[in-house]
Amino acid sequence: MTQAILQVKDLTVTFGTTKGGWFSKPRQGFVAVDAVSFDLNRGETFGVVGESGSGKTTLGRTILRVLDPSSGSIRFLPRDGGEIELATAPLDQLRQVWRKVRMIFQDPQASLNPRLRVIDLVGQALQKNEGLKGKALSDRVGTLLENVGLSREFLHRYPNAFSGGQRQRLGIARALSTSPELVVADEAVSALDVSIQAQTLNLLQDLQEEFALTFLFIAHDLAVVEHICDRVAVMYRGQFVEVASTETLFRVPQHPYTRALLDAVPVADPRQRGRKSGKSVAVDVGVPPKGCRFSTRCPHATDLCRQTRPPVRKVGGADVLCHYAGEI
Amino acid sequence: MMQQIPMPTKPYAKPLVEIRGLKTHFFTDDGLVKAVEGVDLDILPDRTLCLLGESGCGKSIMARSILRIVDAPGRITGGSILYHAADGRTVDLSRARAGSKELRSIRGSDIAMIFQEPMSSLGPIQKIGRQISETIRLHRDVTKAEAREEAIDMLARVGIPRPAERYEAYPFELSGGMRQRAMIAMALSCQPRLLIADEPTTALDVTTQAQILDLIAELKDEFKMAVMLITHDLGVVAEVADDVAVMYMGKIVEKSDVFGLFENPQHPYTRALLDSVPRIGVKARDRLPAVRGMVPHPLARPSGCTFRTRCDQFMPGICDMQEPQLQQRGKGEVACFLHDQEAGQ
Repeated sequence: MTQAILQVKDLTVTFGTTKGGWFSKPRQGFVAVDAVSFDLNRGETFGVVGESGSGKTTLGRTILRVLDPSSGSIRFLPRDGGEIELATAPLDQLRQVWRKVRMIFQDPQASLNPRLRVIDLVGQALQKNEGLKGKALSDRVGTLLENVGLSREFLHRYPNAFSGGQRQRLGIARALSTSPELVVADEAVSALDVSIQAQTLNLLQDLQEEFALTFLFIAHDLAVVEHICDRVAVMYRGQFVEVASTETLFRVPQHPYTRALLDAVPVADPRQRGRKSGKSVAVDVGVPPKGCRFSTRCPHATDLCRQTRPPVRKVGGADVLCHYAGEI
Repeated sequence: MMQQIPMPTKPYAKPLVEIRGLKTHFFTDDGLVKAVEGVDLDILPDRTLCLLGESGCGKSIMARSILRIVDAPGRITGGSILYHAADGRTVDLSRARAGSKELRSIRGSDIAMIFQEPMSSLGPIQKIGRQISETIRLHRDVTKAEAREEAIDMLARVGIPRPAERYEAYPFELSGGMRQRAMIAMALSCQPRLLIADEPTTALDVTTQAQILDLIAELKDEFKMAVMLITHDLGVVAEVADDVAVMYMGKIVEKSDVFGLFENPQHPYTRALLDSVPRIGVKARDRLPAVRGMVPHPLARPSGCTFRTRCDQFMPGICDMQEPQLQQRGKGEVACFLHDQEAGQ
């Protein structure tokens, strides 16, 4: 029986919307996340893939309420019962939630304060929340370091003494310090070299098992997502265009955009070259169309697509946002 | 659709650039960093050579050495880079005086380069078109109007819609893929014989990446030029390379044609790299066989073979005593003592 840890319904985030005042007209801003709904089950890894600007990072940040949603609800169901509506939760309640929902960032260089030593960097939350200090603190931080495959001896070093892969491990240790239930990993392995990326992916899988974590795994690399996720949502211009189990999505992609994405991934096998796409021409994406957002690039687009927003249709185990899902 | 690519017959054409024993070192306050440490490499006409390696392996410095755009405190300290010009001259780029007329006439005109981040290589306050026509006018004797015509023509050829309009655009008005196209247009405006592309698609989305790679391949055929593409992405290598050189800590550890490299990698590092990439459709959710450990600090180069600290087939007394040299093995070349051992047995 799967149990939800997070239920997101019709979540919308807009930037630059103004209500209008004495001197300005009301203005509809840019819709970064457009009526996104999904349930996250406890213990799973849910991937969100999309290109830059698709809204995947905004989605992750809004779930942590680093950004405020314009509408919709985000229900967080922690292990100890109760239910918290994150979309409207006040700051003091969010502070409690931020112990249970943590984030790992893409750039290990930018996300670690260069002036703090590891013990303060990783142990900050322990100092603040649990009042740990002295030996108790160094014991706990030491254990966290060992959990992520670093040595206890690193406690008093500064982040600049570490390589990129090690810094990312520090970021992971920091996320784990409050015993979270849900971890939002935003492009957590994108900045790492392949050999280090493989190590880090393995580490995330080990930690998930050990600490019963749920991951919201935001990434643009489809191979990485296929490797680590149980279910995947494909995001395009603020919408989930396809949500399915990893196996279904990669074996029988339904949405034309998912197919285009999968086709574009270079295959690490020179014998499989030559999915030729004809002459390469840049696409003018422009303003989002009234109907389906992908209709400006979709090879199957009809007038219906351009005029009317597509409904979510269930096809072969996938939720597909397309008028012609299952037919094309 | 899968399509069989015919095995390239190896016409041993005279190389465009011959690099021999190249050493580029950085004299930092903390010590000597040997970014490029004795590289031998030929760049052949009409072929795409991929330089594969992880960050910090020296692949970019190696490319920048060819154009002599290594920043201080870096300096070429040894070896030679012979460029065979179309008119029969041979120039040793490693010895040409910095800023000399000879060097400047080759740079941008015979050998052009595109970079990872187009935004930082295009001037932010000049219109795209002007930057391209300026390049044309620098190397060729044409009027402003002619240069403009050619620049618009180039923009059209790299697949930018409405080129005449885009001629007047500033870099920030273009999307990432479009900017990369504009940079390619600029690089190709003088019809170079060699295009060096340093991670040209790393900052781009996959769909855009596929377009840009296709574009480079198309233009390579059209302009009959050699391409040296620097990347860390095995997928990109498999997609575009004819030949591959794998770099680790400033040295080339394996050279091969692309099919040989993927089917029968010889160096333990190449093997480990190939194993550690997650691939679509291949047994997901298993653990990835990662290369253990990490790249040693550049100031603490291991003795002997630089990969020995991470190598599963490390042979004490051999690998740490001497540096392995590139040796012919099958169709490629590999720098590893393992093969000497096998041959000896």
